[in-house]
Amino acid sequence: MGAGHAHALYLHGHSRVHRLAPEAKVAAGFAFIVAVAITPREAVWAFAIYAISLAAVLWAGDIPLRFLLARLPAVLPFIAFAFLIPFIASGEQIDIAGVAVSRDGLWAAWNIVAKATLGATTSIILAATTEVPDILKGMSVLRVPSVFISIAAFMMRYLELIVEELSRVRMAMEARGYDPRWVWQVRPIASSAGALFVRSYERGERVHAAMVSRGFDGTMPVLTERRTPPSDWLVAAVLPVLAIAVVVLALVTT
Amino acid sequence: MHAPDGFLNAGTAVATGAVGIGTVGMALRQTRHRLNDRQIPLAGMTAAFVFAAQMFNFPVAAGTTGHLLGGALAAILLGPHIGAVVVTVVVVVQALIFADGGVTALGYNVVNMAIVPAYGGYGLYLLYRRVMPKSSGGVVAATGLAAWSSVVLAAMAFSIEWLFGATAPISFPQVFGAMVGVHLLIGIGEGVLSALTVGAVLASRPDLVYGAQDLDRSQISDTRPVGMRAFAIGGLLAALFFAAIVSQFAVDNPDGLERVAEETGIAASGGGHALGGSMFADYATAGIENEAVSLAVAGIAGTLIVLAVGGGIIAAVREKRHDSVRI
Repeated sequence: MGAGHAHALYLHGHSRVHRLAPEAKVAAGFAFIVAVAITPREAVWAFAIYAISLAAVLWAGDIPLRFLLARLPAVLPFIAFAFLIPFIASGEQIDIAGVAVSRDGLWAAWNIVAKATLGATTSIILAATTEVPDILKGMSVLRVPSVFISIAAFMMRYLELIVEELSRVRMAMEARGYDPRWVWQVRPIASSAGALFVRSYERGERVHAAMVSRGFDGTMPVLTERRTPPSDWLVAAVLPVLAIAVVVLALVTT
Repeated sequence: MHAPDGFLNAGTAVATGAVGIGTVGMALRQTRHRLNDRQIPLAGMTAAFVFAAQMFNFPVAAGTTGHLLGGALAAILLGPHIGAVVVTVVVVVQALIFADGGVTALGYNVVNMAIVPAYGGYGLYLLYRRVMPKSSGGVVAATGLAAWSSVVLAAMAFSIEWLFGATAPISFPQVFGAMVGVHLLIGIGEGVLSALTVGAVLASRPDLVYGAQDLDRSQISDTRPVGMRAFAIGGLLAALFFAAIVSQFAVDNPDGLERVAEETGIAASGGGHALGGSMFADYATAGIENEAVSLAVAGIAGTLIVLAVGGGIIAAVREKRHDSVRI
């Protein structure tokens, strides 16, 4: 815990991408992912342009490829499913290296892999160049309800604490030689989950009492009033405008 | 269950997005009087707990593990409205900040992981409570069954979305069979873990369990496990729901046959789809003979989801009147 705590996905830096106003980045990222998602799968060239433009953002943001690759596996389970599709899908079968696969299934697999990877990369770039409080601030500028933002803010603030508490419980169990492997050994894990819930809740009560005693009235005070510089909107708009042009072209040509 | 971008088509993403925004908006309005300044830190802390609980791997068999989804658990601990809001926060933050689940997939991810498990799970929880004794044991048993059912409901919801928005030529019966089949098993872990967690909370802070607020002190201290009969009736109730649907199509499931038909070219003479040009993607009803069956299965599953979710919402809105003190 403590002020200025960066989350694991944040990469410290001072690039132009880091310095962009968070609301511009969130809006641009969202528009870009929407454009990617509605691109017809046959327009392979469009996905190539998306990939190149994301690579340009990575470069402009000083994000090493290594950093990106280490964080991409979040999409792996669905990629694994995508690789199964050509074999279980129906439709016209074609031969690849002697194995019959569905042509339509191959396209479907490509579609999921390409869009999932591009979408996840965009989220990773956003998270790598923007600290969590800024992302939340950006979301509130974009009119996400304040209750929602406040809950998310508290969650992020205490997430690490609770996860650490969890790993201490785990470690304590392992230190005593307990290594459950079967579902009927689940009781100690469940009772520690229960204990964790009670502890989290009681910590919430204490935090609230502490906040009220310091003048909390239901809203977080805004420390720095700042306006989104128009130049930030312009710079951030480059990526989605490009993507929208590409998707319109792709929709027209296919 | 964190589906990535582009997994279902754009129409489905937009439609589920609208359902998600509408329902979460309603939940926020319903909880406004309870989510005052005191509750926000608590809801945030619980969101962190649900987030952490999803990292909490529990053993399934021989070293493989599964993890909690937590929708039904959050609804029973906090009430369905706050439960749905809390899990939605978790899913949105996971997509935006942790790249876990697509941003354009948020609509269906929120519906499947937050709304259906929280409201549907809570609706079924209330149903199971009726056949269970009024005791801690009854609450724990009903929680287990409800959490198990909520995972199966979520799998069904996903399959139905696939029917409308498939992006791959895999028929609805195949997806439905695989999703529901796997989640009937995964759900057992969810059920056991949720039940034991609620049991542990009941033992130390019974006032924190929203779903047990109708119990008085002596009923809470009655931790005797539920009798075989009550559990069997509850289990039967749960099993009936799902068995009715799953068995329906398991008999008619033509997977093997379909494959042979296609490979031998019989399918080519099968004629056009009766539903060609309808709102259902061709993919989803790719099975030639079983369109009617898969639509019937989807219909029954859809009705069940709507009943459970609707029941949960109605019960929650009604309960609101007489609980002004608790979170």
